[in-house]
Amino acid sequence: MNVATPAGTGRGSSLGLFVFRIGRLAVTVALTFLGLLFVTFVIGRVIPIDPALAILGDRALPHVYERVRHELGLDLPLYHQFWIYLVKAVRGDLGSSVLTGRPVIDDIRQFFPATVELATFATVLGVALGVPMGVWAAAARGRWLDHLVRVLALIGYSVPVFWLGLVGLLVFYARLDLVAGPGRLDVAYEYVVEPWSGLVLLDSLLAGELGVFRNALAHVVLPGAILGYLSLAYIARMTRSFMLAELGQEYVVAARVKGLSEARVIWRHALGNVMVPLVTVIALSYAYLLEGAVLTETVFAWPGLGLYITQSLFNADMTAVLGGTLVVGVAFVGLNLLSDVLYTFFDPRAR
Amino acid sequence: MTQRPLLTVDDLWVRFPGRNGPVEAVRGIGFEVGREKVGIVGESGSGKTLTGRAILRLVPRPGQVTARRLEFDGIDLLGISERGIRRIRGRRISMVMQDPKFSLNPVMPVGKQIAEAYRAHFPASEREARERALDMLAAVRIRDPRRVYDLHPHEVSGGMGQRVMIAMMLIPEPDLLIADEPTSALDVTVQLKVLAILDDLVTQRGMGLILISHDLPLVASFCDRLLIMYGGRILETCRAAELQAARHPYTRGLLESLPRIDRPVRELATLERDPAWRDAPPG
Amino acid sequence: MTIARVRAWLLAEAPASRAQARLSRTYLGFAALARNPLTVVGLVIVTALVLVAALAPWLATHSPYDQDLDRRLRPPDDAHRFGTDQLGRDILSRVVYGARVTLAIVVLVAVIVGPIGLAVGTVAGYFGGWVDAVLMRVTDTFMAFPRLILALAFVAVLGPGIVNATLAIAITAWPPYARIARAETLTERGSDFIAAIRLQGASPLRVLCGHIVPLCVSSLIVRITLDMAGVILVAAGLGFLGLGARPPQPEWGAMVSEGRQFLLDQWWIATIPGAAIFLVSLGFNLLGDGLRDVLDPKAR
Repeated sequence: MNVATPAGTGRGSSLGLFVFRIGRLAVTVALTFLGLLFVTFVIGRVIPIDPALAILGDRALPHVYERVRHELGLDLPLYHQFWIYLVKAVRGDLGSSVLTGRPVIDDIRQFFPATVELATFATVLGVALGVPMGVWAAAARGRWLDHLVRVLALIGYSVPVFWLGLVGLLVFYARLDLVAGPGRLDVAYEYVVEPWSGLVLLDSLLAGELGVFRNALAHVVLPGAILGYLSLAYIARMTRSFMLAELGQEYVVAARVKGLSEARVIWRHALGNVMVPLVTVIALSYAYLLEGAVLTETVFAWPGLGLYITQSLFNADMTAVLGGTLVVGVAFVGLNLLSDVLYTFFDPRAR
Repeated sequence: MTQRPLLTVDDLWVRFPGRNGPVEAVRGIGFEVGREKVGIVGESGSGKTLTGRAILRLVPRPGQVTARRLEFDGIDLLGISERGIRRIRGRRISMVMQDPKFSLNPVMPVGKQIAEAYRAHFPASEREARERALDMLAAVRIRDPRRVYDLHPHEVSGGMGQRVMIAMMLIPEPDLLIADEPTSALDVTVQLKVLAILDDLVTQRGMGLILISHDLPLVASFCDRLLIMYGGRILETCRAAELQAARHPYTRGLLESLPRIDRPVRELATLERDPAWRDAPPG
Repeated sequence: MTIARVRAWLLAEAPASRAQARLSRTYLGFAALARNPLTVVGLVIVTALVLVAALAPWLATHSPYDQDLDRRLRPPDDAHRFGTDQLGRDILSRVVYGARVTLAIVVLVAVIVGPIGLAVGTVAGYFGGWVDAVLMRVTDTFMAFPRLILALAFVAVLGPGIVNATLAIAITAWPPYARIARAETLTERGSDFIAAIRLQGASPLRVLCGHIVPLCVSSLIVRITLDMAGVILVAAGLGFLGLGARPPQPEWGAMVSEGRQFLLDQWWIATIPGAAIFLVSLGFNLLGDGLRDVLDPKAR
């Protein structure tokens, strides 16, 4: 009996196909990174602030000014400057902060984990609540549970996150005293734990410092919950949408014909198919949170990358701003890439 | 038929709410099925698929099903609870659907789907269910059951997928099988093979079969009795052997518009639809 | 002609003229929109925004710039329905005039990104080849940044101010529309009717402008409306960070930021403008969702 397999006629060709796709993906990503760097480079050169003047102040002597310009490579043709910028960026050298004099990459290394901690907390919350809510809404289509979930999701992506943060602080911190205030840790706990991963929650647990852990948790809960709500709104909406599409498929009817319980039909069959695009949605929501984090960090004085970028902006530290923007862009692209890879990984049809 | 019929349908209606009033897809049909092969023939929109779904209470929302009687083996199919109808589905009445590309879960290996159908109605361990599934795959004449067990639906051909579907729907040993266009998505050469397998299994197990199709010659050659549906009504019923003696103008029109290799004509007759047929007394 | 007669004419199964068919479709579209109460709410909110912005001088009880240090930080009362801020300015009036700023940003962004996205997308989709590749690379690059961050960077370069903020948002917002337009164009490009027009000798420009662009417009409108909510939030975010309107201009995001330090005791200064942002964003979302349900029901 001849079994024709649409995915290819043998193992060799499917491996070749896989390599080809990875290669194509790599080229696309490389081109996008190039584009990212180009945009930040152009922004950096368009600014009316002269980098040499920014370092020296405007009382510098002409020959010192020329020397600094030469050191910064500003007297070279633009494409040459871009090439240098490119090479340096790939090596991780994002320039030095005009304000602190430290390499920007070091600053970023210090601030980035805080954002990761916040975004991860929020995403876990968003997935743990958002997926079930989306499933329930789809299963109860048209009834009150569906409407409730839809309204909650709608509020979630209509609300300005900084406002929600302020209201949250007002209600839960100032009036109800349920959570800790702005900042990541109370001053007393700040240097107790040696940073290992940069994620205070993790580090304090590993070091056994439960007092620090509890304090960190009290601080992360409100900003994390607010960002989590944003994440939940997006995830619940997408889950509901995907589930509705799946519940109309023939294999769902077939599963019911088999006499399976509704719960099994929904959670084992439909959701199993939804997980494929849903995983990519989750990766994307993480990326989406990086945006919300900028504003949340400002409201909660959370020492993350968003705060770093905005503070640098106010201090006219363009190198830092662009370095930070680049890193966020890279993270964004990376997450999009991850979501593509995950899709291929989870869908047996695409393997 | 000497015994009591398996399925009794009387005055079955399926309605959907529409912009200008309800859309009546099935309009007051009635028939009986025993341990025999009954074919329901009709064009698209005749209501034949919805009839099959109505029997299993699987008409999609917002459709509504009403009937004076819809009984299976003495059980009122419209009246019983949700749990009750779930016990009937698969175990007493089952359904083979049209296209295995869509009617099998794409992310689950086919063997597991068959085993699941077994475990839904019989207490069994995973290994036991797997053995039964393998047996069933062999029963539908799949050469290498162990290999096919782990394949996903997109990795098997149409004919094989449909055989998997048959295995999946017959493993709980139902008394009545509804086959909704079981071969319409298959190549002609494969159609006959699949139908032969279906025929064998149905006969072996003494099951009743409702074969729904738009293909009149196919149904005529396969079934004992035929119901011709049009516009939600049954226009004519007859024994398959007596098809050529059919009297309703729609049936005659269908017969005459079929090309015949032994009786070539210059122009094939085209079917003239008389709107009065829609108002025929409910069959 | 009675209402019933007009309605029957609009709903006729077989329209006698093109005009009748078009009117009939529009009527049915509105009727479908109106069927969903939430969409109606959205429409009401958006209309209210336009009206408040237009009628600001009559709706505001005071000038948004008048400072009165004797009456600073007052809670809402009869004279000042929303209270006063730290400089004694009436918050209600500032919110009302702030609607103008919000509306201006929304309209400007929509007017800029629509045509740009349409142009880039249709050209890329229609001509294909290296034109497509280059344009898509550019689009993807812009999409590679989260919108707020990129807008931040641009504002840092251009300097703060409403116009610059609007430009920054517009620069970051157009890529998705290019993609949508391109996808639509790709779908339509191979159609028989396009082939027919080309056989008749239509130039690429005519094919694009006369035929392909109109097809893309409806899905673009839906998407733009839906995104307006996001634009409002980004604009408010920029304002909150101090990168939008310059003081003393009344911009809602900036007002929230100003009220931040008084949050604990004079909560109304920050809360009320924020609620306005929320309400308007909600309105656009509801309207956009409703439009999508009507114009593109498959995408539910």
